[in-house]
Amino acid sequence: MKTMHRLALAATAFVGIAAAAIGAARADDMNDPYRQPALDALKGKSIVYLPISIGFDLAQAWGGVVKTEAERYGMKFKSQDPNWNTGAMAQGLTSLIAEKPDVIVTQNPDLQSLARLLKQANAAGIVVIQMNMQGAVQTDAFVGPDFIAMGEQAAKMVVAKCGKGTETSHKVSIVQGVLTGGVSYYQVQGIKKVFEANPEIKVVSSQAADWDASKARAITETVLQQNPDLCGVIDVWDGQGVGTGAAIKQAGKQDQVYFVTSGGGAQSMCDRLADGTFSAAINYDAPGMGRDAFTAISAVLQAKQKAGTMKFQLYSPTRVMTKADVKAGTCWDPEQYAKLLR
Amino acid sequence: MKRQGDGRRMRVWTRYFNQERIVFALTVLLLILFALTLPKFLAPSNLLSLVRSVAVLGILGLGMLVVVLGRGIDLSLVATMAISVAWSLQLAASGLSVASAMGIGLLLALGMSLVTGILIAYAEIPSLFATLAMATFVYGFGRAHLITGTDVVYLPPNIGMLAGLGQGALFGIPMPIVVAAVVALIAYLFLRYTKPGRFIYAIGDNLASARIGGVPVRPILVAQYVIAGGIAFVAGLVTATSAEAMNTRVVNSNMIYDVILVVVLGGVGLSGGRGNVRNVIVGALLIGVLMNGMTIMDVQYTIQNVIKSLILLLAIVVDSILNPRDEQTGQQGDI
Repeated sequence: MKTMHRLALAATAFVGIAAAAIGAARADDMNDPYRQPALDALKGKSIVYLPISIGFDLAQAWGGVVKTEAERYGMKFKSQDPNWNTGAMAQGLTSLIAEKPDVIVTQNPDLQSLARLLKQANAAGIVVIQMNMQGAVQTDAFVGPDFIAMGEQAAKMVVAKCGKGTETSHKVSIVQGVLTGGVSYYQVQGIKKVFEANPEIKVVSSQAADWDASKARAITETVLQQNPDLCGVIDVWDGQGVGTGAAIKQAGKQDQVYFVTSGGGAQSMCDRLADGTFSAAINYDAPGMGRDAFTAISAVLQAKQKAGTMKFQLYSPTRVMTKADVKAGTCWDPEQYAKLLR
Repeated sequence: MKRQGDGRRMRVWTRYFNQERIVFALTVLLLILFALTLPKFLAPSNLLSLVRSVAVLGILGLGMLVVVLGRGIDLSLVATMAISVAWSLQLAASGLSVASAMGIGLLLALGMSLVTGILIAYAEIPSLFATLAMATFVYGFGRAHLITGTDVVYLPPNIGMLAGLGQGALFGIPMPIVVAAVVALIAYLFLRYTKPGRFIYAIGDNLASARIGGVPVRPILVAQYVIAGGIAFVAGLVTATSAEAMNTRVVNSNMIYDVILVVVLGGVGLSGGRGNVRNVIVGALLIGVLMNGMTIMDVQYTIQNVIKSLILLLAIVVDSILNPRDEQTGQQGDI
């Protein structure tokens, strides 16, 4: 009887321990109290993506990454393609404000065109993330490189090759994009600041190529004709820099002219570095910017504050690349992201 | 008696100064002005780069000339050029041989312009509307189904010899100029010495009487647009190989107006039947001298556009003063 009693006791103890263990395991399952609120803050929210155009590498990478992450968290993602038409973009934005999605990810064609509309969107409770080209208004987040610093960096690289103490003509040419576009406008500010501090540098030309490689080629060809002893060229975007580089190559001056440009690190950038069209390029990693944009969306939605309450600038890390840095897989393939957006 | 003689002399003088000659005089004037004020403007290398910078515009202008002479207009030239060549480059990049990729692109350009021609010649849709619609269609279709990656298609590394079309030189003359010259020569011979060429003038002059005279009006109209499409493809190849990329965004730019500008500036009548290859060359040269001079002076392109349009207005105003509209243009209108 005594043994029976002891056995029952042991059995009870065993069951008790087992139950406790299983219970503990279940409590462990429930023990991340922060995950569910975070998921709930994101789930079902809608993001609309409205860049200047979905046809170019940067916008494809940003949108592709944001879409992938949005879908991971059960968010709705929609994109609109105004195809470089500022009017269509303003119209799209106006109807979006009426439609009231939770988040708009956009990119300003210039400093002013969308500024008022972005403010309205914020006032209507829509979170607004601005990519790469900030307008004349600050919204929830700006994601992009610090273009003034990047302009300074590019200018310093050119000063090192063409400045005081070098046996060159000190002549430099700048190829701008669209005069009032943020990427161009702020970079040129930074470039000018450095060149003013280095008065030996002579800027022989500073013209806008309208983001078009053919125009950049024609401008640079003429500049090289007028200044055969040109020492350095800065182009504010690698997409049009292809044309600038082609002009330098066709003039047979690749050894003489130091050519710096910048871009998001698509395969075309690596190709041009490898074949010597670009002497150096500042890479601001467009897929990384897509990640930053989603991080910003996630942070703002979880903070559950009114749109436009927190305002921050998320400056993208940059990296200077030369031919030596180009290896297989260093750059990314825009087609891979374009497919996601189609 | 004396006054009458004066009037006649005046008329002879104004008749000599038609738009082509006014524009040519303007070009020479600007040349002299720039040569005196800008260093190295007259250097042979600069003059070559001047002509080179308008070579593509000139080639497209020749395509436009063929159409305008038959009292049409082709607003889809730039779209055809961009999409057909960009598609060719993309096909070549995806592993197709360069020759077949180019062949397919050319077929696309010819096919699209064949459709345009049929719409105009057989469906009798005014060329202005038909080509405007086709431009949007070609671009939209191309971007949606053919050029699926980025809207700028870079020159693939396997392009080989073809790159010489934009980058090479023949006896020191850059290839784009050579190509433009060859296209101009062919266009000249075609328009002047072949039967279809003369028919185009006849149709542009008076379509009804050309038809009564036995000209196969509709096939000739179709042929005009197909020729223009083929020329657009050549212009696209030169653009793509010299800038090492074909940017399909040019379709949204005002390039097509620049093409019309070159043609009209040189004195080709939009009412058809009036003009020749020389007009296009003169128009392109003026634009070339202007753009080159302004780039040397570091003038921004927005201001360049203003100056360009002022020059066009000036040429048209001077022409309309010296050559007042006659009864015929008064009745038909300009397009």
